[in-house]
Amino acid sequence: MLDDFMIRAGLAALGTAMATGLLGCFVVWRRMAYFGDATAHAAILGVAVALMFGWSIFAGVGLVAAAMALLIYGLTGRGQAIDTILGVLAHGALALGLVAVTLIPGQRIDLDAYLFGDVLTVSRFDLGVIWGGAAVVSLVLWQHWRALLTATISPDLAYAAGLNPRREQLVLTLLLAAVVAVAIKVVGALLITALLIIPAAAARRLTQTPEQMAGLAMVIGGVSALGGLRVAVMLDTPVGPTIVCVAAGLFAIGTLGGKIRSLI
Amino acid sequence: MTALLSATGITARHGRNTVLQNVDISLNAGEIVTIVGPNGSGKSTLLRVLIGALKPAKGTVTRQSGLRIGYVPQKLHIDPTMPMTVRRFLNLPNAASDEDATNALHAAGAHDATNALHAAGAHDVMHHQMADLSGGQFQRVLLARAILEKPHVLMLDEATQGLDQPGSARFYQQIDAVRRDLNCAVLMVSHELHVVMSASDRVICLNGHVCCEGTPDVVSAAPAYRELFGTGTGGALALYRHEHDHHHHDHDHDHKAAQ
Repeated sequence: MLDDFMIRAGLAALGTAMATGLLGCFVVWRRMAYFGDATAHAAILGVAVALMFGWSIFAGVGLVAAAMALLIYGLTGRGQAIDTILGVLAHGALALGLVAVTLIPGQRIDLDAYLFGDVLTVSRFDLGVIWGGAAVVSLVLWQHWRALLTATISPDLAYAAGLNPRREQLVLTLLLAAVVAVAIKVVGALLITALLIIPAAAARRLTQTPEQMAGLAMVIGGVSALGGLRVAVMLDTPVGPTIVCVAAGLFAIGTLGGKIRSLI
Repeated sequence: MTALLSATGITARHGRNTVLQNVDISLNAGEIVTIVGPNGSGKSTLLRVLIGALKPAKGTVTRQSGLRIGYVPQKLHIDPTMPMTVRRFLNLPNAASDEDATNALHAAGAHDATNALHAAGAHDVMHHQMADLSGGQFQRVLLARAILEKPHVLMLDEATQGLDQPGSARFYQQIDAVRRDLNCAVLMVSHELHVVMSASDRVICLNGHVCCEGTPDVVSAAPAYRELFGTGTGGALALYRHEHDHHHHDHDHDHKAAQ
């Protein structure tokens, strides 16, 4: 079954979108969109590092994304708004990555594959990494759910309850790096944030509790992934951007639906 | 008696500003202690040091081991992107049974607050979104959540902000009832001097440092307190005395009107 590249692509997109849908809820709740961008853009630098040392793309991307995430985590501990610094880091890392990739000798690289994803070429090994990564992310989120949710609502409430919100933030930071590594082959560095934010945002108006929202965001992510893949094959369009288009369409429907429901 | 919670020599800074200097405070079981002080006097900072949210530059905080703190923050902003029912909120951070949650809402007076506004019971409040609650209801749900922690210490930071005077008077009555039920200590921060004074066993007057401390009578008579709160508190203090001292029979009708 896994010999069919379409089935591999479908499974890869499904696993990625469900993980990003779940983690994306926290990105939305904590207003970490820019944080997500910076981590994701660092992925291109990760690609360059991986190619330079002959590592797996996942390893290079995961490592550099984690380094970027930790750097931002350190900067956020000082209680200042770091919007501007995040902007510098996000685009600085992207530009540096783009330059570094072209400097690698003897390599002719299809940069588009890393910027926008190339899900049709995923191998069995890639599929294993994607589903393994998605499983780890879900499992860690499941274990930290209570503390993460409390810390997200109010760090002070978490401290008073004997929890450590800074540690929870670190966990979230590292999970974000893991998801970036998982998602790069599917949607590429530029659209990972879209896959984090859009399914969660689409689920918001249709749900009553954080858990419902997380569940629905996973479903919307999954539907977007499979729907987008199908549409892309039909229209011969790039898969990653098409998945994001379908997710954005579902967001529009969910938002309108929620509005109409609240009027009734 | 050993204190449930005590802090000695606390100095805390925000950036370069020293907000608290050499503050000592301790809290014993079952007592209601109120911290009063002008804006920017470090009241909220002191609470944040006590719950462990802020590391003091100097000084130590000692908690009895296993101490549970029920914290009611001054303000809680739940991001509008997060759907959150009252029932779900009461499960944070620890799951509570439906029965406990209902009881806590009753104890916090959320039932009454809702009755007045929507003619709905605590059961219905459970399914409301936190974002749809009024200021008074929201504060009561925060209190209910803190009660569910079965705290040894209940900490309230300006908990009656946004409530009118009768509303905050009722709120403090509720706090007193909660204290008796749970047998917990209460530490609160407020600027509503008259209500707070009458509800407290001990008052700490804070202005970066502890200006004076003692029973409400002692503090309200202290020169440092009068200096801080000026003549504007004359009326409030009179009201405080009035409520506790029923010799002034000729003012009795005023008293009722004030309530």
